[in-house]
Amino acid sequence: MLPLDAFAKVCADVRPGEDADQVDGLTPPVVAAPATLDEASAVMRTAAEHGLAVVPSGTGSKLGYGRPVERCDVLVTTRNLDGIIKHSPGDLTLHVEAGLTFEALRETEADGWGQHLALRPPENGTIGGAIATDVAGPGRLLHGSARDLLIGITTVRADGTIARAGGKVVKNVAGYDLGKLYTGSLGTLGLIVDATFRMHPAARAVRVAVVTDDPGRAVQAVLHSQVVPRAIEIDRPAGSDETTVAVEAETETPDETSARLHELLGGTPAPEPDWWNRLPEGEVLAEIRSLPARLPEIIKAVKDLPLRGSAGAGRLYTTPDYTTPDGVEELREALKPIGARVVLVRAPLAVRKSVDVWGPLPTLPIMRRVKDQFDPDHRLSPGRFAEGV
Amino acid sequence: MADTLRDLAERCTRLLGPESVISDPVRLRTYECDGLTSHRASPGLVVLPETAEQIAAIVRACGEAGVPYVARGSGTGLSGGALPRTDGVLIVTARMRRILDIDIPNQRATVEPGVINLDVTRAARPHGYYFAPDPSSQQICSVGGNVAENSGGAHCLKYGFTAHHILACEIVTPDGEIAELSRDDPGFDLLGVFVGSEGTLGITTKITVRLTRLPETVRTLLAAFDTIGKGGDAVSAIIAAGVVPAAIEMMDALSIEAAEAAVACGYPEGAGAVLVVELDGPDATVEHQFAQVERLCREAGAFEIRVAADDTERALIWKGRKSAFAAMGRISPAYIVQDGVIPRTSLGEVLGRIDALSRESGVRVANVFHAGDGNLHPLVLFDDSVPGAQERAETVSGAILDLCVEHGGSITGEHGVGADKARYMPRMFSDDDLDTMQMVRCGFDPAGLCNPGKVFPTPRLCGEVPGVRKGPHPLVAEGKADLF
Ligand SMILES: Cc1cc2nc3c(=O)[nH]c(=O)nc-3n(C[C@H](O)[C@H](O)[C@H](O)COP(=O)(O)OP(=O)(O)OC[C@H]3O[C@@H](n4cnc5c(N)ncnc54)[C@H](O)[C@@H]3O)c2cc1C
Repeated sequence: MLPLDAFAKVCADVRPGEDADQVDGLTPPVVAAPATLDEASAVMRTAAEHGLAVVPSGTGSKLGYGRPVERCDVLVTTRNLDGIIKHSPGDLTLHVEAGLTFEALRETEADGWGQHLALRPPENGTIGGAIATDVAGPGRLLHGSARDLLIGITTVRADGTIARAGGKVVKNVAGYDLGKLYTGSLGTLGLIVDATFRMHPAARAVRVAVVTDDPGRAVQAVLHSQVVPRAIEIDRPAGSDETTVAVEAETETPDETSARLHELLGGTPAPEPDWWNRLPEGEVLAEIRSLPARLPEIIKAVKDLPLRGSAGAGRLYTTPDYTTPDGVEELREALKPIGARVVLVRAPLAVRKSVDVWGPLPTLPIMRRVKDQFDPDHRLSPGRFAEGV
Repeated sequence: MADTLRDLAERCTRLLGPESVISDPVRLRTYECDGLTSHRASPGLVVLPETAEQIAAIVRACGEAGVPYVARGSGTGLSGGALPRTDGVLIVTARMRRILDIDIPNQRATVEPGVINLDVTRAARPHGYYFAPDPSSQQICSVGGNVAENSGGAHCLKYGFTAHHILACEIVTPDGEIAELSRDDPGFDLLGVFVGSEGTLGITTKITVRLTRLPETVRTLLAAFDTIGKGGDAVSAIIAAGVVPAAIEMMDALSIEAAEAAVACGYPEGAGAVLVVELDGPDATVEHQFAQVERLCREAGAFEIRVAADDTERALIWKGRKSAFAAMGRISPAYIVQDGVIPRTSLGEVLGRIDALSRESGVRVANVFHAGDGNLHPLVLFDDSVPGAQERAETVSGAILDLCVEHGGSITGEHGVGADKARYMPRMFSDDDLDTMQMVRCGFDPAGLCNPGKVFPTPRLCGEVPGVRKGPHPLVAEGKADLF
């Protein structure tokens, strides 16, 4: 039996792949869009029976993350798994399907919920995608990323087995916290089907921005102050001596907090930044992960490149030169003495094929062994993460 | 002592020196249990290493000899997580108590695993910082133990659990390798799954914790209600108003009675329930929210509200709550501390059901809980001199967990599964769920020597084809592994 027929038997929305479905230049022969957990499980089981490589996807916005996949026989999209299962306002929890988009969630939240999921990835995408790629947005400083907000998860393993971990309550230490394991898993461990999160009250907040030639001092001043910064973001155009520092703080008394922030930040007041939570333009996008106090050294080390992102949380974006094959390695070398890591988050296929996307991975041996347990045949997003995962 | 253990003892003595190896049966008894004293087993051997390299060497030696090992911090765990094995080695971190670094610009500290939780805060406080996870045992429990249990505390409603405050862990893997797990690692979050794994995935030898700014203001109030139901309404109203207090704790009449007898905390007379609410943060925000909380408590029917005017009064309000467990000794010869979680909105109903259980069985249950996040600590009282009383108490205690699960909650909010609750895991998780969790275990610890017998009711033999189990595992057949 043709794989397509086999999939059509267990899942209503199955079709052959087209050019538009390409993942890293590969057209998947099958695109399956399960609408229920059972369908998702059956699709994964069918793929296993046929020994097919599966690439899980949401809206497809982040399929360019990581290294190019080596095989893609079945693209499993969570497009039809896009519902809100349950919002329990009194418990501050939200249970959603993995294919729910942030756009859709934001629209629903705005309808008088008075609470929100404290994840604001810079680009629209799905909940499942945000977990798998560990994107968070500026609020990472106060609320962390998906790993910190997830309280329960349902996944389908490579062989079709349904596995749940965590639960529906905010406090729970029963069993291993597999939600965290799936954070950053890039579709290599299983298909994320639904997730339960802790919510936060939609607190009032103010945003204050200044332009300064000493952003290191400004960031430190806010970090150690008594305001409650939700985000401390910076933007430094390539080559410039001036950096814009923008802070978002939760408060019940906005005027007083704004005044406090201006005093702390110094510099010249700047208008509400239009770059807030927007990735810098550029074909190659790299993330710099470092200690927050290393900011001045980083700014100096990458003087000729633009720099933007969550300075308070030690996560910055830049757009390294890739016209020479060594652009990314040069950046890595320049930042190594500062103890900063460089991870490539977006790049054209040719670049991702030729450069080291992740940099050093000291825990790779453990990751490989975990991977071998979850996906012994290496059929899930093969090649996407690192050698052997 | 078995030959294997005797050889190991000699090997460890060569590695660590004689003062760091205990094999004398009388001294071994000191380590026979953790904070859950109903489970006891004298360890085969105790070692007190001082470095990660020493732990790595011990773990390798255990691996070669096929001997199980268990890590122990301060031994305050309440689920038997550090319960030793008579045929194994207990690796105690009590001599690893250095605070290695306090890095204020980056808001973190790096400590050895045996460092006492409160000592981190003591070291950070002069800089205006503290370590937020605050289990009631914080004066004695170790940071390594906190990591293993993902411990909580009264203030985790706002600040999160240990997991939220751990930035990196150096670990000795069950292979005997030293590895660093960090939040900044790309790829799946091994650090996240290590925290809370109850010592089953390796031994942490160095921990980088987040330090939190000491708040500008802390305000505490005590509200007394004539019924638990009204107290619960107040909690709901506070959450609904969008206020996240640092802590909301509740005690029922029986636990108030015990606390009164033990520490004379002077809580309002005739209270069916008291609520302790603490807010912290910037002055202005706290003032604003405090007024809201006071009003909401009154509207929910509080007949008395006391606001702490200073630190002394604040300590007095907390005194009753903090003494609640120990105080049970005043009203009952023995008791079981239960730890279950329910969705906070089911509080009223579940407490009613617990009350009914108590009446039907004649077993008294006092309720103390972290009301903000629905973490109940029912204290099941019994007289251990009465035959059968303990069994009856255990039945009630187990039935309470069933209630938690039935209401979509959890069998443990902070004390962990350990040896005590492994048998309850199937009430919450399917075989497939548990099997999947154990795949992680197999990835870290294929030989199953690292704290075996904890967390999971049935061990999964690594290398097994998922879902298929026939005949003995090859490793068992070869005599290389055992089904613990
Ligand atoms: C009076 C009292 C009050 C308590 N209050 C609270 C509370 O409010 N909140 C709360 O969450 N808990 C509470 N606890 C439980 C207990 O204190 C915590 O679980 C604590 O974190 C255990 O730390 P420990 O050093 O005593 O660990 P131990 O009991 O020694 O060990 C606990 C577990 O951690 C493992 N472990 C220890 N060190 C390491 C290491 N270096 N690497 C890997 N694994 C390791 C052990 O193998 C074991 O599984 C309380 C206990 C008592 C007795």
